[in-house]
Amino acid sequence: MITFYINDHEVTVPEGTTILQAAREIGVEIPTLCHLDLHSHAMDISNENASCRVCMVEQEGRDKMLTACSVVAWDGLRVRTDTPKVIRTRKMMIELLLSDHPTDCLVCFKSGNCELQTLAQDNHIREIHYPGAHNVCEIDDSSFSIVRDMNKCILCKRCETVCNVIQTVGALTTVGRGFETVVGTLFDLPMNETTCTFCGQCVSVCPTGALRGVPRNAEVWDALADDSKTVVVQTAPAVRVALGEAFGMEPGTDVTGKMVTALRSMGFDYVYDTNFAADVTIVEEANEFVHRFTEGGVMPILTSCCPSWVKFIEHNFGDMLDIPSSCKSPHEMFGSLAKTYLAERIGKDPKDIVVVSVMPCLAKKYESERPELSNEGHSDVDLVITTRELSYMIKETSQDFAGLEDSDFDDFMGESSGAGSIFGSSGGVLEATLRTAYEILTDEVLEKLDFTTLRGLEGIKEASVEINGTEVNVATASGLGNARELLERVRNGDKQYHVIEIMACPGGCIDGGGQPFFDEGSDILEKRMNAIYEIDKNKPIRQSHKNPSVIKLYEDFLGEPYGEKAQELLHTSFVLRPKA
Amino acid sequence: MLTYNSLRQLRDTANLELKNKLAQREDVGIKEDGSFYLTDPYFAKQTRVALRNCGIIDPLAIDESIATGAYIALADLLENDVPGPQIVEDITRSGLRGRGGAGFSTGRKWAEALKYDVEQKYIICNGDEGDPGAYMDRSILEQDPHCILEGMAIGGLAIGANKGYIYVRAEYPIAVKNLKVAIEQAHEYGLLGDNILGSDFSFDIELRLGAGAFVCGEATALIESIEGHRGMPRYKKFRTAHKGLFQKPTVLNNVETFANVHMIMLNGVDWFRSIGTEESTGTKVFSVVGKVNLAGLVEVPMGTSLDEIIYDISGGIRDNKELKAVQTGGPSGGCIPAELISETHVDFESLEAIGSIMGSGGMVVMDEDDCMVDIARFFMEFTVEESCGKCTPCRIGNKRVLEMLERFVEGKGEEKDLKYLGDLCVVIRDTSLCGLGQAACNPVMSTMKYFRDEYLSHIVDHRCPAGICSALTAYEVEENCIGCGLCKVNCPVQCISGERKERHFIDQEICIRCGVCFEKCPVNAIALV
Ligand SMILES: Cc1cc2nc3c(=O)[nH]c(=O)nc-3n(C[C@H](O)[C@H](O)[C@H](O)COP(=O)(O)O)c2cc1C
Ligand code: SF4
Ligand code: SF4
Ligand code: SF4
Ligand code: FES
Repeated sequence: MITFYINDHEVTVPEGTTILQAAREIGVEIPTLCHLDLHSHAMDISNENASCRVCMVEQEGRDKMLTACSVVAWDGLRVRTDTPKVIRTRKMMIELLLSDHPTDCLVCFKSGNCELQTLAQDNHIREIHYPGAHNVCEIDDSSFSIVRDMNKCILCKRCETVCNVIQTVGALTTVGRGFETVVGTLFDLPMNETTCTFCGQCVSVCPTGALRGVPRNAEVWDALADDSKTVVVQTAPAVRVALGEAFGMEPGTDVTGKMVTALRSMGFDYVYDTNFAADVTIVEEANEFVHRFTEGGVMPILTSCCPSWVKFIEHNFGDMLDIPSSCKSPHEMFGSLAKTYLAERIGKDPKDIVVVSVMPCLAKKYESERPELSNEGHSDVDLVITTRELSYMIKETSQDFAGLEDSDFDDFMGESSGAGSIFGSSGGVLEATLRTAYEILTDEVLEKLDFTTLRGLEGIKEASVEINGTEVNVATASGLGNARELLERVRNGDKQYHVIEIMACPGGCIDGGGQPFFDEGSDILEKRMNAIYEIDKNKPIRQSHKNPSVIKLYEDFLGEPYGEKAQELLHTSFVLRPKA
Repeated sequence: MLTYNSLRQLRDTANLELKNKLAQREDVGIKEDGSFYLTDPYFAKQTRVALRNCGIIDPLAIDESIATGAYIALADLLENDVPGPQIVEDITRSGLRGRGGAGFSTGRKWAEALKYDVEQKYIICNGDEGDPGAYMDRSILEQDPHCILEGMAIGGLAIGANKGYIYVRAEYPIAVKNLKVAIEQAHEYGLLGDNILGSDFSFDIELRLGAGAFVCGEATALIESIEGHRGMPRYKKFRTAHKGLFQKPTVLNNVETFANVHMIMLNGVDWFRSIGTEESTGTKVFSVVGKVNLAGLVEVPMGTSLDEIIYDISGGIRDNKELKAVQTGGPSGGCIPAELISETHVDFESLEAIGSIMGSGGMVVMDEDDCMVDIARFFMEFTVEESCGKCTPCRIGNKRVLEMLERFVEGKGEEKDLKYLGDLCVVIRDTSLCGLGQAACNPVMSTMKYFRDEYLSHIVDHRCPAGICSALTAYEVEENCIGCGLCKVNCPVQCISGERKERHFIDQEICIRCGVCFEKCPVNAIALV
């Protein structure tokens, strides 16, 4: 333990504690910008770049100041966080950042959630005393998922840390020197030509509007305004446990009913649930697994519902493209069924049906544009918007969201089991698969539906289940760095796995790149996760193959699970992509 | 493979041979103690310790180095089994301070690295020398490579490292070649490699070529670069001596520092302490450039006055002009005005007290024709170019400083800018992540302090007193014009008019202030106002 002084307060902390950590412990606020403790994003590191110099504090008796975020306190150190010099320095640092920053806050997508804006406001920056040249950068909007506007970058490198260290994708890298320095892409390629998987984790951590999702919400309004179109909306499992945050509701509130009411009032013709399609996915995937398991096919089977993860394996593990399940992701299955099964039932030409997916995810935007995810020339899904974009749209309607009545999804493609709902959390797809595969393989009723070892925010989780006398090894990884580790284990044959679930976002879709932003140090992910399992717990039916709407779908339309028609509409293929 | 004794025998025979060889040379003399020196007064007035062999021995012949004492100290230490802590103690007692810029106590640095009981440690020699116009490290590396190799090996022995790296600028091909040859020869003699001179101490040295960015000479950036990353400074929770290269205890010292280590161990701590001042012991090499008659490398005891360096050794100011200022410490050093020259001594404390730095030993002498605002702008341009771009104050702040200076030299400054500029410089100094940013504003702050009226002339009167800032100068034709028309025909923008034999006239709107007319006028009728 060491003892030192912050504004004359004596603090005793373990060796290795930074000034910032100690200050927070005693309730002394020191503003920061580049620093970010990523633990609340289910990542086990902090971004420690010490580059913004906003957190500088005075060391008594010395001119040279200390960065609170990175300097480890030592015995006897005396610092002050409240002197005129500290305040002047901080203001100047913010002014300098703003002097090389577009001042279009009023129309910036990040307005209201921007850490730079908040910092400027909190520190009462009302004039930029040092105007000068801007480092003007071309906006990269080449991809379907992420816009890079480096004019707004403050070089905190959170995105690089997340992309390179956590996700091990390595799509982003600092280029240039001095005033021209920017976070660029490898070989300065446009985003759509890089190995970026569009997980959007960089967008989640970017303090400014430099990284943002590609907006589609205006197009959704256009579709809703077009009388010739039937607009069908589906919402992913993780959306309903996070949407409320955008309206100031307690994190972890399940707002399914209000969300449905809001969507209906916005004019969607059918308000459906991706959870229904998640149940279909489980039926398909469990049957595919059973098929591969009993026919001696390749093991393990890897889940394929996360498009970011799919792109990752296509780039990085080209030799293993035969192991993922061929299932489309749930919202794509939904889209495919909406333009066939639903179209038939409501008597509409699929070209007049617009399928809108509300997703926690930015990668789904890119996914919906993959050419193979279409049927007879129609894209399965037409427009993907994020949880955030839905919240903007609801706000545009001026509705008091928190005060809305609850209502139910439309029937036909709106019912779901508890298994479908847990897709939103890491380990959920695996748990749902086991709930169904066990019963298919054993013809027995599974007594205990909860596989609690597969739950939680840890990066890699494993379990073994005995099925028909065989030890079935399952594992789940969330975060692409963890996925890489698990896949390397598979490739090295360290252990025989049978089913593996992978989600690109740490913690799963609840932490998707399209979810409402949240602050450092919060336990929001945990709350979102608990809400998901609560929804599951309260469902009368908790296994996908027991969902009556799903049973009806197979009886009336698809025929055999994993049969010919199902394969045509619900399965897909993968593409080998370059490593760098 | 040499042994202790055969090394000493070799030293004696080689020394005789070298003496005979040098006796042929008129420019080399032999002192009473048997050491050699260059007889030219320019050199004779200096105290050459780190540079003592430069220009005297053949760097490609290891025997000549040994003749002057190379590896003898190492051999003594090994033969007598002198323990590491003892060597560290000697270096600490010598008072040696790093010659790479900051002047940190070398002994203390070594002691820190010694403290950690781990298998792998490293010695790094910083030969990046990115200061424009500085070439002291290059001279030593090119002309006396063995003294560096020995200095590093002694460092290794002291802290318990058996691996060293020399990070040398790729733009120094001769240094690279000579170092390669020297390392090979030392290996052949058993002076590097496994079991040096039959002892159980092993030490190996590898060369690493620097890409040439100025900031790569900064310790943390240099380590990043050796590790194969982008050469960018980093904030490190641990000192380099604790967790440096590859997270192992590492001692990183400048070339000249290692040259001094070799001399201290050869001649003794007391000898070293007898040179220089109490706080700054030994000598320092300066690279004296600018408006002096004799530009070159000057090695003098710490504490020597600037007067002595500029007038006695470097022959005073060219063309009998007035000295105006001296900048020490490289592009980020401060400018010391002429009136303080005689009372300013070159040691770490004095230079810092006056708002400059020792740096790596750059020294630029300026005369009455130099504009101090423009000089500040010039150096700032360099640092802005060289900033790695990582931290806000250096990336954006220094750019804003430069922009302000650019406005000043164009006559577009405002008086309030002076206060803003001063405030900004202080913040940049106190908040930048690495030494580059921290020191970048020294030229600006020192010129603002000592040459404030020059700033005011530019800003308030829109005049450049030295006549350097072209936007603020005007050429006018005076009464004594004879109307020859030479200026008119030579003006590149044809802005001069006038009848033959009548006084001519310059259109200031069009004039680009190239000064051609000024040069061409046969009767000096064109005046710079
Ligand atoms: C921008 C910058 C450039 C530097 N360049 C050099 C250099 O070229 N050579 C050098 O020896 N030290 C250089 N230094 C100083 C090193 O960081 C380090 O302090 C030094 O090499 C330590 O050696 P010493 O203790 O022997 O001086 C530089 C520092 C900064 C901030
Ligand atoms: S893009 Fe955003 S996260 Fe990345 S360095 Fe810039 S400001 Fe930081
Ligand atoms: S984990 Fe979920 S939110 Fe994240 S990229 Fe995959 S599908 Fe999208
Ligand atoms: S002070 Fe300049 S060179 Fe040093 S880290 Fe900051 S930006 Fe890079
Ligand atoms: S928050 Fe400490 S330097 Fe950026």
